Amino acid sequence: MTYADTPTPATTYPPGTHPSLPPPASEVGPIHWIRVNLFGSVTNSLLTLLAIYLLYKTIPPLIHWMFVDAAYTGASRNECLEKAGGACWAFIGSRLQLFIYGFYPEPERWRVDLSAILLLAALVPVLYDRVPHRGKALIFTALYPVIAGVLLVGGILGLEHVPTDKFGGLMLNVIIGVTGIAFSLPIGILLALGRQSHLPILRIICVSFIEFIRGVPLITLLFVAAVMLSYFVPPGTNFDLLVRMLIMVTLFASGYMAEVIRGGLQAIPKGQYEAADSMGLKYWQAMRLIVLPQALKISIPGIVNTFIALYKDTTLVIVIGRLDILGIGRSSLADSKWNGLSTEVYVFVAIFFFVSCFLMSRYSLWLEKKLHTGH
Amino acid sequence: MSDTQTVADSNGPLQSSKGKDDIIVIQHLHKWYGDFHVLKDVNLTVKSKERIVVCGPSGSGKSTLIRCINRLEEHQRGDLFVNGIELTNDLKNIDLIRREVGMVFQHFNLFPHLTVLENCTLGPIWVRQTPKKEAEETAMKYLERVKIPEQAKKFPGQLSGGQQQRVAIARSLCMNPKIMLFDEPTSALDPEMIKEVLDTMIELAETGMTMLVVTHEMGFAKTVADRVIFMDGGEIIEQNKPHEFFERPQHERTKLFLSQILAH
Repeated sequence: MTYADTPTPATTYPPGTHPSLPPPASEVGPIHWIRVNLFGSVTNSLLTLLAIYLLYKTIPPLIHWMFVDAAYTGASRNECLEKAGGACWAFIGSRLQLFIYGFYPEPERWRVDLSAILLLAALVPVLYDRVPHRGKALIFTALYPVIAGVLLVGGILGLEHVPTDKFGGLMLNVIIGVTGIAFSLPIGILLALGRQSHLPILRIICVSFIEFIRGVPLITLLFVAAVMLSYFVPPGTNFDLLVRMLIMVTLFASGYMAEVIRGGLQAIPKGQYEAADSMGLKYWQAMRLIVLPQALKISIPGIVNTFIALYKDTTLVIVIGRLDILGIGRSSLADSKWNGLSTEVYVFVAIFFFVSCFLMSRYSLWLEKKLHTGH
Repeated sequence: MSDTQTVADSNGPLQSSKGKDDIIVIQHLHKWYGDFHVLKDVNLTVKSKERIVVCGPSGSGKSTLIRCINRLEEHQRGDLFVNGIELTNDLKNIDLIRREVGMVFQHFNLFPHLTVLENCTLGPIWVRQTPKKEAEETAMKYLERVKIPEQAKKFPGQLSGGQQQRVAIARSLCMNPKIMLFDEPTSALDPEMIKEVLDTMIELAETGMTMLVVTHEMGFAKTVADRVIFMDGGEIIEQNKPHEFFERPQHERTKLFLSQILAH
């Protein structure tokens, strides 16, 4: 058997001096990739052809509907239909403000915009560790929840008070999602460490909490937040419904987070704890400097998975009568001028969630790669 | 007390009168793992700057014994004094002792998410509150001593086993310990790398460090040790100066062990 494209080495080398040769042409390049990945076997080739056929049947019509035949302007569905037969994006355009701000009073909407910009600023030092003055920037990040709360709710510093039931649309998803993400990670870490604790009482509390949270649907917890919690707080105190929702969503996500992190903790070899102990590090030092950095790194896929699930679960607030981006979309469908445009609404909401979640997923991949220190 | 003491005369009240030079004093030490009696009435006194090699078949309790010295394992009965401090459940004492006792493990246990330099500076910075710059200078000094200063910025995963173990030794030395414990430091290494680690340990021995080494490297024991201890079944069977130990083992169990490990 001969390999046509493998040149037979003309020279022979004395033992121990054979140099590394470049691989033969059949082992590299795009042709090689196609041959191996798309047409590696008969089954593989058939599947490739089938996939190409399916893409051919679905992608062009979708592009036509979404872009080519779509109407971007118009005052009603009928106007859209007169122009073109595709998607009627004019509907989304006419309601974009509602989709973003919900029922937040129009003259005050700059406060939402400003909070959003400050949020991005607060996120930079968390997501990227090479920003200059990261320490000071992180202080701002820590203060951000207070700043955003004051800015959005108002009632002090001359800002008009906006009750939280006016919050809606995308801003509601972002508020709940970001709060849940920011607080569920540290709470989840504490729960996971508590579950491993040598103190039986602490361990029992953590285990029961985690098991309870995981055993109950989020919708149930939200109902509890909406209805039952008012029984537990003293009469006369006004415990804001949004705050109650935030607490429930955060606790729910922390239960899952704790289990994800526990998985990471279990992957840390006993020797790491022993090395930390024998060096004289105290428990919290060993956790913070040695164990958690490694455990969290291993857990990144699971952590981001939980974040994404939490972010999508923010749409569940609809069950207690708050309208997030999906709720606004659904209620907009009731408008007789725009009857029958549910596809556009759901596609729009789906794209919004897909883009947010895809960004999180890409960031986590980048982070995993950056933190990889082995070979 | 002579170096050629045997188990019989190391028991008893004489032991409790601690000499000024005795840096580790172990008296009537017992340890159980569940029902399993791992250490049975172990008595051992280590003088400052003494170099001791502990050998014995696997499961004889030799690793457990040295792991008791820095409280990686808890003993249930008996007294253990390290550097004049009694090792009890008192966390403060445990911390004090761990600062003075360095440990090198079979599987290196370097911190894979930190660079070699960071591995070496972590302890001094967080436990001894050494300023970062000073800790780095000390770390570089010890990395030079173990002959791998050029690897300082690399991660442990990028080094060979022998290099990793030398980093682990440097990391322990950075804490400026009075005692170094070695738990089978060469057992996980390729044969080609054992020598570089042993050479590092021999150099360390020459600086006057108190060392307790669990190892099967009998060559190392012959060259470096002041005393060789043979353990079996959780007891110290025999201890002696290296040449006496290897030339004229007293107990049948020791003779059998030596014949087996020296046969090949």
